[in-house]
Amino acid sequence: MNRTYELMFIVRPDMPEEDQDKLISTLESAVTSFGGRVKSVERMGKRRLAYTVRKFQDGIYVLLTAEGSGGLMHELERRLRVSEPVIKFLTVRIDEEQKRLDKIKAIRAARRKTSSPPPAAETPGEAPAATA
Amino acid sequence: MAEETRATATLSSEAVASPERAERAERVERGERRPSRSSPAGPGGREGGARKFFRRKKVCKFCVEKIEAINYKDVRLLQQFVAESGKIVPRRLTGVCTPHQRRLSTAIKQARNIALLPFAGRA
Repeated sequence: MNRTYELMFIVRPDMPEEDQDKLISTLESAVTSFGGRVKSVERMGKRRLAYTVRKFQDGIYVLLTAEGSGGLMHELERRLRVSEPVIKFLTVRIDEEQKRLDKIKAIRAARRKTSSPPPAAETPGEAPAATA
Repeated sequence: MAEETRATATLSSEAVASPERAERAERVERGERRPSRSSPAGPGGREGGARKFFRRKKVCKFCVEKIEAINYKDVRLLQQFVAESGKIVPRRLTGVCTPHQRRLSTAIKQARNIALLPFAGRA
């Protein structure tokens, strides 16, 4: 229940603003009904596609970050697949990557603390406090 | 951990020597078949100066700048490692280290899937 996913999908460019909002709110309610949590919804705007998708040259990109189980994502993807205005989507799991990045950041912060010699303070006392 | 040691030793000769040695080992392995049909000025099993493409000074961009997360969303970063034709540039030309090249290629493939990068371009 603590898997974090990033779902990016492309909506057809001739879709009106309110329909987009409706679609996004439908997805959000689906997330919460499955016991997940929406972390953020980011509209990346209209972009030119690198290749033609379903006869469209542009598309409106939307990025949805949500926390939940795998079943939740399965359900979201199913809904996106049947929804007509969505022309492409991609789900990426990001919690493992986030863990790795946090670990590296922590290591780097610890190294910076211990490598720079403080004038008269205790280094071992400071380092655990910084990483904790 | 290998990334850390490489990052701290970017300017020393060690970091330059080890990818070099790895490249040489690679080429010696494939060296048996290469000389028969290799290009005259190419990395075809010949050591010592005839390698036009192997730039000794090239270090891994990600290791040097300490970029840890290679996201499929930053197209500008990914485009530096993609040829005009849309192909992923091999790591002996860009100088990227192996773990970063793997992550980079995954990110490029993800970007291709979501139409941020093309599968095939002009050529």
